[in-house]
Amino acid sequence: MQDRAWVATRKGLFELRRRGARWELAGTSFLGEPVSMLLPPQDGSARLFAALNLGHFGVKLHGSDDAGQTWQELAVPAYPPQPEGEPVAGVAWKLVQIWSMAAADGVLWAGTLPGGLFRSGDAGASWQLVESLWNQPGRAHWFGGGYDVPGIHSICVHPQRADELLVGISCGGAWASRDAGATWTISSHGMRAAYMPPDQSGDPNIQDPHLIARCRAAPDVFWCQHHNGIFRSVDNAASWHEITSAPDTSFGFAVAAHPNDPQTAWFAPAIADERRVPVQAALAVHRTRDGGRSFESLRGGLPQRDCYDLIYRHGLAVDADGEALLMGSTTGNLWASDDAGESWSLVAANLPPIAALRFG
Amino acid sequence: MARIVFTQQLRRFTETPQVDAPAATLRAALEAAFAVNPRLRGYVLDDQDHLRANVVAFVDGRRCQDRVRLDDALRPDSEVHVMQALSGG
Repeated sequence: MQDRAWVATRKGLFELRRRGARWELAGTSFLGEPVSMLLPPQDGSARLFAALNLGHFGVKLHGSDDAGQTWQELAVPAYPPQPEGEPVAGVAWKLVQIWSMAAADGVLWAGTLPGGLFRSGDAGASWQLVESLWNQPGRAHWFGGGYDVPGIHSICVHPQRADELLVGISCGGAWASRDAGATWTISSHGMRAAYMPPDQSGDPNIQDPHLIARCRAAPDVFWCQHHNGIFRSVDNAASWHEITSAPDTSFGFAVAAHPNDPQTAWFAPAIADERRVPVQAALAVHRTRDGGRSFESLRGGLPQRDCYDLIYRHGLAVDADGEALLMGSTTGNLWASDDAGESWSLVAANLPPIAALRFG
Repeated sequence: MARIVFTQQLRRFTETPQVDAPAATLRAALEAAFAVNPRLRGYVLDDQDHLRANVVAFVDGRRCQDRVRLDDALRPDSEVHVMQALSGG
């Protein structure tokens, strides 16, 4: 099991360390500053990344080569000059937030609000907007989901073929590239948007995937927690099918894909859509182990009364073995499981609102 | 020489030199400060080189007129204060 994890919150970045059977808070960085995303060391690099969203002074990116002991400010993705009369109404070419990060084969990716994907080939020293996606005519039809502007929250790089990646956009569907971002194909056919007029509900370009997760061992398998349902693809996102067997509700934000078992995934359900609290004020994690045909509602160790915690889309993580999970809420509660979600223990109850957590 | 002063709040993040510059406009004064500390630019201006939504600049006690052009005229003895706007707090 992995013995370190990171928690990005409204008031700083926290390091978690496993001590025996328990997780403990082991360090704090950027106390008081909103941390919107983090990327643990991976891909043979020792560098840890933290994306800040300062209230007044904009988005910043910091890197640490010593596990958070010291940090250096890196370049931040920047949008090019906005052309006069640029046709997408209401979307200024200004970085609002770094919402997702991934690294593979020496390339660092950052997904942002208002919808731009950025690439760095030098560990964050410089960034380039992936103009092939940004200039897709379909971008004119994207819109905000949860924020005023569209945003890329999911970056799923193929574990063996680093040039192959899929991004999830609220609300712009899923887009895939097989050539390191040179060209893109809309890849959310089969998703359904209940919030659109009926004749547009199947349009792949306006779907609101809240999060998309890929199975590492079977990378043709994707899971999607969508705004109005759960969807799965088994053909490398060529098509998606809806899963309707989740108990109580299929609304939520987070999904974690088992790294080794393409039949298993975890979800953090909530009442749709205008309330966004646990069903009957009792927190559960939904797990399927048969590809979505059935679900278990796992509640051991989770509060079963008077609970109004919401799990944001990056607030549920599974480790590299598929046994340990972490889950953090908007209320600042953090839970851990070492048995694939069967039982949970409270790690901390008074953290700031949790935006993201990751092992590594 | 116009003087440009940055809010102490910025010192948590980067150096904020007090700069005296022969600047004729607000933007020119900001550029003089950015020349001393290039990292300061991203804290004050956004991707399009507009004043950040939650940053405010005062020229001789008066809020700047155009957050895009930043073309407020400066006198030789003008004082510019760059502050955080309470709207962002």
